[in-house]
Amino acid sequence: MTSPVTAAPEGTDPGAAVTRRAEARRVTPRSGAGKRRQRLEIAIFVAPALALMAVFVVYPVYSAARMSLYRWKGFGPLVDFVGLRNYVRVLTDDVFTDAVVHNFIIVFASILVQLPLGLALALLLNRRIRGRGLLRTIIFVPYVLAEVIAGVVWFQMLQPRTGLLETILGSVGIPVPEQGFLGTPDLALATVFVVLTWKYLGLAVLLFLAGLQGVPDELHEAAQLDGASWWQVQRRIAIPLIAPTIRTWCFLSMIGSLQLFDMVWILTGGGPANATTTMATYLISQGTQGGNFGIAGAASVVLFLIGFVMAVAYQFLVLRRDTKEDA
Amino acid sequence: MSTAARPRERRSGLMARRSTAYGRGGPLVYLVALLVVALTLGPVLYGALGGFRSNEQLARDPAALPDPWLTRNYEGVLGNSGFWTYALNSTVIALITTVVVVLAGVMAAYPLARYQFKLREPLFMVFVLGLLFPAAVAIVPLFILVTRDLGLGNTWWGVALPQAAFALPTTVVILRPFLMALPKELEEAAMIDGASRIRIFWRIALPLSMPGLVTVGVLAFVASWNAYLLPLLLLQGDMRTLPLGVADFSTQYSADTAGVLAFTTIAMIPALILFLAMQRRIVSGLQGAVKG
Repeated sequence: MTSPVTAAPEGTDPGAAVTRRAEARRVTPRSGAGKRRQRLEIAIFVAPALALMAVFVVYPVYSAARMSLYRWKGFGPLVDFVGLRNYVRVLTDDVFTDAVVHNFIIVFASILVQLPLGLALALLLNRRIRGRGLLRTIIFVPYVLAEVIAGVVWFQMLQPRTGLLETILGSVGIPVPEQGFLGTPDLALATVFVVLTWKYLGLAVLLFLAGLQGVPDELHEAAQLDGASWWQVQRRIAIPLIAPTIRTWCFLSMIGSLQLFDMVWILTGGGPANATTTMATYLISQGTQGGNFGIAGAASVVLFLIGFVMAVAYQFLVLRRDTKEDA
Repeated sequence: MSTAARPRERRSGLMARRSTAYGRGGPLVYLVALLVVALTLGPVLYGALGGFRSNEQLARDPAALPDPWLTRNYEGVLGNSGFWTYALNSTVIALITTVVVVLAGVMAAYPLARYQFKLREPLFMVFVLGLLFPAAVAIVPLFILVTRDLGLGNTWWGVALPQAAFALPTTVVILRPFLMALPKELEEAAMIDGASRIRIFWRIALPLSMPGLVTVGVLAFVASWNAYLLPLLLLQGDMRTLPLGVADFSTQYSADTAGVLAFTTIAMIPALILFLAMQRRIVSGLQGAVKG
């Protein structure tokens, strides 16, 4: 599973500025024979990448879409064409619709909780305090660990009766549910979200901090001379100036939340009683465990479409402002 | 937070040097910082210290320090041939992924950065669109393709090649502006001397772009090292990677909490070392990806 960060935001903005720069760097035009040669060179350069993407990205995505129109248990040719029946089954399956809801809960909870928290920590770390570099390194540590490894440690801490968390919470008088946090349907998803926040907050802090450090000193100084307080400066100047970084982080976080798999699989496997399934855990259990490849294909297409629509909508509604402001 | 809003000294050359870090930390700021450090490192320390305890100690008081300190859990992991097999598999798969993605990525990014041709922007869009396809969408057909059609199930290449393919879009998107920003005078001089474009690429562009290549390489390596979903479907037995090994160990020996914590802690170490050694590169790569 790729980390959410691998989806770089240029994905939605090929960068008009980049193109303009390229124009200025144009290599001298060539003659007719040179042109054919140039075409050959380009083909040689691009071929390995395009071949890899064709075989391992485009073809599997295409077969997922094709598979979704057949009833197929994984053996023999695709013959049992069922039209959109797999989609009907997926979309009327409570487990899948609940999974979609869980994904969206994580999407919105991430933005509502991690954004303010990440911003607050970034503002804090942007002050001149001792050990700032060390602090920044430490905050980023969870992000570098594999989701699986972080998940296994948290799983141990969250064990009912023997886990660390129960002891700590018990000692300050917070009651712990009988089945543990991960075993209680009403609390499991929230618990997964807490662990995800622990794991990914460092990325938000890091990106916001980088943005804050790009805010010109003169603005701070001018505002201070005018008698603005520290908080006023942050609210009126620093935060608006790093808005593009914030919007991009929201985009990455959204895409990552929609694809959530590893942490859920380790912590709960989608349980208890399907309380934490996500679209990805649903399609994996349908495809590899249930052998319902057609259903898994339909779920894949739905997952892709939801992600695609949200990415495009976000691009039009939010990120586009950044591009406009640039121009 | 008001503690930090002190009036600053008069503006001087010294102050102008660095004043982004506006405001100093008061006691409250340090308190919050301390809390954040404790919450961040707590689980990691719990794992590392838990590995030095026995299951009896853990059961008696999960929050206590090791008493006495036991090294037998860690010795057990290091003496476990399975652990070394998983570590080897993880390393080889991450290396193959990194080499393939960096090489194919820089080759694709080079003409997109340096050549003028009609299909340049559409070609670039192909990679940009690739960003919208998460591996999860294609995972089931990918499993069938790799195991049945290509016969690469349960092999290093069977995991590395798809991982490289899914990492390519990010790599090309990061590398293209990087290559565009390189000075092109050297390349032009070589062209005037009659060197072929391919030769120029190998001898001039590639060495010049090393810092960018290291950045995308480290990102690809870490992503592969931490990957779970694809290896989960494709690898079994002695071909498993460390994340799979950790997950399976923790379900298989769920009663041996101390052993699981020791195994998990040791599995963290390579990623942490790589991160500390390459911190600058990772951070600048991630920031570059966001700033564009």
